[in-house]
Amino acid sequence: MNQLSLHILDIVQNSIKAKATLIEINVDENPAKNIYSIEIIDNGNGIEPEFLKTIDNPFTTTQTTRKVGLGIPLLKQNAEQAGGSFEIKSEPGKGTRLKAVFLHSHIDRPIMGDIAGTMTILIASEMHIRFIYRHSTPLSDFEFDTDEVNHELEGTPINHPDIIKALKSLINENLDMIEATLT
Amino acid sequence: MKVKSLADLKKIKSDVQQKIKLREQGANAENIVQIKVAMATCGIASGAKEIMNFIIEELDFRGLDGIVTQTGCMGYCYAEPTIEVVLPGKEPVVYGFVTRDKVMEIIDKHVMKGELVDGIIPVSYKTIDE
Repeated sequence: MNQLSLHILDIVQNSIKAKATLIEINVDENPAKNIYSIEIIDNGNGIEPEFLKTIDNPFTTTQTTRKVGLGIPLLKQNAEQAGGSFEIKSEPGKGTRLKAVFLHSHIDRPIMGDIAGTMTILIASEMHIRFIYRHSTPLSDFEFDTDEVNHELEGTPINHPDIIKALKSLINENLDMIEATLT
Repeated sequence: MKVKSLADLKKIKSDVQQKIKLREQGANAENIVQIKVAMATCGIASGAKEIMNFIIEELDFRGLDGIVTQTGCMGYCYAEPTIEVVLPGKEPVVYGFVTRDKVMEIIDKHVMKGELVDGIIPVSYKTIDE
């Protein structure tokens, strides 16, 4: 997995499976502190402490179709390879908070890639979940909230291809305006 | 058109609503194809995200109504990206090793004409330890 946007798409599947109704994704770019971090917070079922202990083990999974689970181990490995850190905290019944920190200048920091595509796939597939995406750069902040979008759409389905295209444009234009580092 | 704000989004909303009205008159809402793209770690690492976006674009380009969503790992990690195609009233069909070319073939033949194409993972397939 060579893009942070793919890791985000992957990790959020865990939140979806945990029946979250609110998923927040926070990206923080801070070249002055040499940090590029992603944080995913959900209000899902949470993870039992016993399971959490072995969460970064590739042989830990809730899957029934296969015996390995590589989503978290791959993200952790990428973060650590890029001089960063990985942390996951969870409380059963309340939700989970995961944070992966990368050194901004590190050659092994994966690029963000097509985050707009990640968000639109999630939004179109999981219409009952509220997604909030925040991206901050030294220049400014961008916040995208599907609740606000749905309010503006007044019942027009958010998964219509034209709306998806428009949302992709909305996210990309705004990230461009705050000079987000995506590549 | 470039969409920069929620106000811009609001402008295209009425066009979309108009389109939906037109399509609803022409087609039965239950009569549309459903395509699920396996979007677990194995799928994503093999390019499922690009494939899903491509399917949405291609259906739209051909003016076909369809529901494209993501699903979990179906256990065919070796054959990712995998997609499940469900035509109205028909059994689900799972395709493996889906590329952009395969998507075009599946839409042209399977979705539009109901003909099965190469690359189907048989329902009888079981993993070794089952």
